Amino acid sequence: MNDIYSAIKVSENVYWVGAIDWTIRDFHGYTTPHGSTYNAYLVMADHITLIDTVKKPFMAEMMSRIRSVVDPSKIKYIVSNHSEMDHSGCLPETIDAIKPEKVFASAVGVKTLQELLHHRHEIIPVKDGEVLSLGNMDLTFMETRMIHWPDSMFSYLAKDELLFSQDAFGMHLATQERFADEIPAATLEYEGATYYANIVLPYSPIVLKALEKVVASGLKIKILAPDHGPVWRKDIGWIIDLYKKWATQKPTAKAVVVYATMWHSTEQMARAISEALSQAGIKVKLLSMNETHRSEVVYEVLDAGALIVGSPTLNNNILPQMADVMTYLKGLKPVNKIGAAFGSFGWSGESVKHLEAMLKEMKVELVAESVAVKNAPGQDVLEKCHDLGKKIAEELIKRV
Amino acid sequence: MKKYVCGVCGYVYDPAEGDSEGNVAAGTPFEKLSADWSCPVCGAAKDEFSPE
Repeated sequence: MNDIYSAIKVSENVYWVGAIDWTIRDFHGYTTPHGSTYNAYLVMADHITLIDTVKKPFMAEMMSRIRSVVDPSKIKYIVSNHSEMDHSGCLPETIDAIKPEKVFASAVGVKTLQELLHHRHEIIPVKDGEVLSLGNMDLTFMETRMIHWPDSMFSYLAKDELLFSQDAFGMHLATQERFADEIPAATLEYEGATYYANIVLPYSPIVLKALEKVVASGLKIKILAPDHGPVWRKDIGWIIDLYKKWATQKPTAKAVVVYATMWHSTEQMARAISEALSQAGIKVKLLSMNETHRSEVVYEVLDAGALIVGSPTLNNNILPQMADVMTYLKGLKPVNKIGAAFGSFGWSGESVKHLEAMLKEMKVELVAESVAVKNAPGQDVLEKCHDLGKKIAEELIKRV
Repeated sequence: MKKYVCGVCGYVYDPAEGDSEGNVAAGTPFEKLSADWSCPVCGAAKDEFSPE
């Protein structure tokens, strides 16, 4: 049978042999409305090397693309840059099919792959800075722990000035186009920022250090090949600068008001706060958790300077939609935000206190007194909310 | 002896256990760890840790 899928050449010696997942919509709680790709790469060196694999159900697609370039049994090495199952799920079966001479991963990767896949194959640990000769070219490994797992590493092919960056500089975007320059810049910026906010954000200090390390090493990068989304062959400086910006999280004159509502009381408060912020010249995103996905919220929070959260009291607590997004945000550790809390209640009214405690835990600086109202807000309470918005705006303008 | 938590990955250094991978004997207080000791999970430097 002829193969359906074919490889795409990304540089003189490297082919993309990954898979396109048009229908995936959920990555452990991060919604991916535009699907994704699992990128594997074939280095056609003297010692042919496969960099990463794909999610398990997509193995046939990867093998088909490999066969369009070379008989898979000619592959001598496999390198796993990242152990997560969307890049390693079919690794044991791929090893069985290809029978490579050697398989490599970082030291932590060796352990993680064993614990995840319970395979019986030997995987050889490589160190930071170690060079693997592929015969006529070299592959250099660079540990990038916690970008975004402890096992993560980059591999650099000096011959093609190509950096295999696993999940860094990637995005969840299924396209037939394989190169970033074939996709509108606004789409790349949105999808890249959404990926960063949902996956990489907690490790921002490490991202900054890694970027410094790459710059200091004087590594020339002509091609940037991540494990998701398009390959970068132009505008590499553009995406690296965006990573610096996202990792730095310098606050901007933007506020995100996140709330959930039962009978529209908390909603009316949210709208009054937002209106005041907007009147003071602050860009506002008003997000109702009754309608919005948590992934969208963290995308908006990424470049915001203020986070204002609201919930009515339900059974002495906050609404579950708010508990969801607050837990998610806390884990992603955004920094440099100011904020406040607000909400309505029927009798006991604990929600605002819960929200304040959560904001404090997230190290959001509370700069305005919270507003809570019994039952529905009247004009006086809406004015208080308006004042809260105004106060946040004043404090934010001082900081940007 | 106080436990210390890694601000990057959440690993907790427990002096009672030490860190076998880093050749740190059980009973070694956090303060006595060498300056170049790093988190056995994520490689973060010692100054990324704070008391639990």
